[in-house]
Amino acid sequence: MMTMSVWLPVGILLSSFIPGVLIFFQPEERHRLRTLLNLLGALVKLLLVGVLIWGVFHEQVFETRWFLAPGLEFVLHADALSVLFVSLSTLLWLVTTIYAIGYLEQTPHRSRFFGFFSLCVTATVGLALAGNLFTFVVFYELLTLATYPLIAHKGSPEALRGARIYLRYTLFGGLLLMIGAVWLHTLTGGVEFVQGGVLDQFAELDRDLLRWIFLLLILGLGVKAALVPLHGWLPQAMVAPAPVSALLHAVAVVKAGAFGIVRVIYDVYGVEFAAELGVLSLLGAVAAITIIYGSVKALSQDHLKKRLAYSTVSQVSYIVLGAAILGPLATIGGLVHLVHQGVMKITLFFAAGNYAEALGIHRVSEMDGVGRRMPGTSLAFSIGALGMIGIPPVAGFISKWYLGLGAVEAGAAVWVLPVLIASSLLNAAYFLPILYRAWFKSPATPWPADKTAGCARELPDPLLWPPVTTAALALLIGLFAAAPYSPLEWAELIAGREYRQ
Amino acid sequence: MTQVLLYALTGAVLFMLGVRAALLRDTVLPRLLALNVSGAGVFLIFVSLAYRGDSLPTDPVPHALVLTGLVVAVSATALALALNRRLREMDNE
Amino acid sequence: MNNLLIWPVALPLLTALLALLWPRRSNWIGVAGTGLPLLAVLLVSWQVAASGPLELALGGWAPGLGIALRADGLSVLMLLMSALVTMAVAVYASVYFAHAERRGEFWVLWLLLITALHALFLSGDLFNLYVTLELLGLTAVVLACLGGSRESLQAALRYLVLGLLGSLTFLIGVALIYAGYGTLDMAALGDAIVAGPTAWVALSLMTGGLLIKSALFPLHFWLPPAHANAPAPVSAVLSALVVKAALYLILRLWLELFDGVVTQAAAVIVGVLGAIAVVWGSWAALQAERLKLMAAYSTVAQLGYLFMFMPLLAALPEGAGRELALGALVLLALTHGFAKSAFFLAAGIIMQRAGHDRIAELGGTARSLPVTAFTIALAGVALIGLPPSGSFLAKWQMLSTLFVTGQWVWLPVIAVGTLLAGAYIFRLLGHAFAPGEGVGPSLSVGREEIPAVLLALIATLLLGFWASAVWELVPISAYAGGGA
Repeated sequence: MMTMSVWLPVGILLSSFIPGVLIFFQPEERHRLRTLLNLLGALVKLLLVGVLIWGVFHEQVFETRWFLAPGLEFVLHADALSVLFVSLSTLLWLVTTIYAIGYLEQTPHRSRFFGFFSLCVTATVGLALAGNLFTFVVFYELLTLATYPLIAHKGSPEALRGARIYLRYTLFGGLLLMIGAVWLHTLTGGVEFVQGGVLDQFAELDRDLLRWIFLLLILGLGVKAALVPLHGWLPQAMVAPAPVSALLHAVAVVKAGAFGIVRVIYDVYGVEFAAELGVLSLLGAVAAITIIYGSVKALSQDHLKKRLAYSTVSQVSYIVLGAAILGPLATIGGLVHLVHQGVMKITLFFAAGNYAEALGIHRVSEMDGVGRRMPGTSLAFSIGALGMIGIPPVAGFISKWYLGLGAVEAGAAVWVLPVLIASSLLNAAYFLPILYRAWFKSPATPWPADKTAGCARELPDPLLWPPVTTAALALLIGLFAAAPYSPLEWAELIAGREYRQ
Repeated sequence: MTQVLLYALTGAVLFMLGVRAALLRDTVLPRLLALNVSGAGVFLIFVSLAYRGDSLPTDPVPHALVLTGLVVAVSATALALALNRRLREMDNE
Repeated sequence: MNNLLIWPVALPLLTALLALLWPRRSNWIGVAGTGLPLLAVLLVSWQVAASGPLELALGGWAPGLGIALRADGLSVLMLLMSALVTMAVAVYASVYFAHAERRGEFWVLWLLLITALHALFLSGDLFNLYVTLELLGLTAVVLACLGGSRESLQAALRYLVLGLLGSLTFLIGVALIYAGYGTLDMAALGDAIVAGPTAWVALSLMTGGLLIKSALFPLHFWLPPAHANAPAPVSAVLSALVVKAALYLILRLWLELFDGVVTQAAAVIVGVLGAIAVVWGSWAALQAERLKLMAAYSTVAQLGYLFMFMPLLAALPEGAGRELALGALVLLALTHGFAKSAFFLAAGIIMQRAGHDRIAELGGTARSLPVTAFTIALAGVALIGLPPSGSFLAKWQMLSTLFVTGQWVWLPVIAVGTLLAGAYIFRLLGHAFAPGEGVGPSLSVGREEIPAVLLALIATLLLGFWASAVWELVPISAYAGGGA
């Protein structure tokens, strides 16, 4: 058992890293072997994560340490929060891999694509398992490196431009995060992630200094979490292929930022200490602004993926908002949204990719009547969209409900509830017209590029089933939110451990 | 002792004159000559250091150093001249 | 066991003679003559790590009159870098110069260069250091102009003249030391030197001479043309190793011999020059239109970082804090050595296949030369200082030392330098990954691509995950008088 507790976190990383490296060396035409490697890696990872979930639930310790330099240790450590993020990434990686195999069929550079794709997931899982701030920074930067080639994948001038903008933002953010992390590291002699935070034990440290460091860390993480005004790269990055956008918006990049903010607040500063420093209210305000701003911007986008991108800007800040409100219920709301938003948003991007792939639809205005032509995809899209608005029983409702309760509990209802209501109305305002067009209007013009004319089914299986699966999942985790091992249950477990003292 | 100091100071002045010329000239040959003057200055300093008073034999170490230094200086100068000649030939072609 | 120390120097020297005698077999002799010293260096390193510094009095003459070779942690680290980089580059060069007319000359000079480098890292005597420095400079100059183009000859000549100026200035400092203390043996000097006018002037002269050789701003101007116009294997060792030799000497002088003489003001001056070099060099690299020129300017910038450590080191008292900073400096130097040599080799491969190295026309490189593109990306990661490279760890520790000493002023410089490095590396990668006709037909992986990618992997993975050895070796000093 001892050795397993050391090797399991490493094994979870390697299960995508090794296939990724092997795939780089495969010639383009060996797609069977590549698919095999991809799926094998994803399944092994799923299996290992299953063991991890079971172990962490039973309070087993999984930890790997590697001494790098005086005062610097590379630490992988699985706690309940890691497990939440790891399981999300692993599950959605499997689905996205299947989708990507179907989506990229017959396109060039697939070996390169899947290689970086696997590295990207490795970095994300590494972030989830990072046991101290140093390790987190390492994976945060690695994630930047692994996603850049994915965004630039098409090699077109727009793709390169989007990737360049992405890089500019994230390198800058990474630098700020690193400076903040080193500073804190130097003051405290090493920052391990501990539930409940560690900084309240350093009573001698200057409070203002800690506030400045908090600002640096949040600015660095806020770039990837797309907090306004650091969100500029996200709408540009939607030039990436659909599976990349799906993963980027649901698990990898924006989630990494949000997850980092959650880590800093709960496991470095400690939510109560952070509230004492008075830094949470500022963060809450920024999150609220981001939520409203993203929704308003989404309203005016005709380009479907751009509308979804602004919707992500808005939705990810629910997680930040949950972290910024003191109290277990808000914590649950924010944490559970980490999972819920991922499942729902990945559905929407899969569907958007399918529309583009099958009919050449890129704009909302071209979607009239698409529901009858592509019922499976459109059904999935509708479930995802309804979830985003917060209509029960889809998962999104649970998140918003707990956020609202948390705000009431913390006495912040005055400003949080209006934000939640306004945002939900805006969500409805930009999603419902799409659903109306898709289901109730009849196609006025021919489809922009109909590639599936005459086919018996709307799409090949690897493209159709991923969105249907994730939509079903979004429905199920909403319906059975109280079941054991559900995301909600897990978020409650984390919040319970966080507020135990 | 004053005589030794005189030699050493002369060496230092030679060194500085050489450096000055090497920095100010912009053609290769005068620069090389200037560097050789500098080198001579350094060697003069070393040789003057060898004197340990009339009663003692001179210190052999600086002499050995200067001999080595001379070899290095000659080879470097030869290399520079060779390079310069090659460049000239290229100009003429 | 102390006799071991002769082999890293003697082996390349002997094989150089062999290469001179059998020019037709010089490819084999050259590779073997590079590999054998590597074995010797590994043995020496193992000995030093296990049982502390080694010393060998050449010919049995005691230090003072005779010459001592010494190996301690710092020299062993530099030797390891030098031996590993030259090994990889030699394999590459055996392909690069496979049928070249002048390969005989190349290998003789190459082996002499290794001799000079290893002798320099092992010397325990100031005059011997001067001789090895000159030998290194002369072989480097000839190697730099082997390409035979007009630009390379001009750059080499300028390199030579400035190098001479530098080493003469160094030598006059050595003369002053001899006048003041009556010995040139570094172990004896470490105890003897005290602050005072003699020490001050001698240190300034020696440092000034070495700064020319290590191309610190504003004395850097000779470096970009010399490094960019040399043949690729030569550029690799010039940028990775030869400039580091001068830096190594500065470290020895400042931290061990003249510890206590160096003032904070002097360290700050050097640090400021380093900071300017970081910003200016990175900016020039961003503007460069040719790949090799970009790499050369990047070397100017990376050297700047190393000099920015000086004020940090000077502000720290002897002990764990200073060892931490010194280890970070050495790690940064090592990472740069491996990454930059990988980079130059990759640039050489592209240049041979495409016939040019204009960055804007590199489209398609990633498709036709995937391994080389990968090498550039890996080396680039190390040059920017991103994980998992050794330079990321080094920068982390550098920032940490910055906070400890309260020298905030350097923070913006590091930030700007990092972002600029990111800009020039990704500008290059953007072109290399862009579609284009590429640099020729898609060929299988060439033998010459392997050493480059191995060097890049050392910089990014090995030094990232096994860097703790650096901090273990650095405190093993043969010059305990100053004690690093």
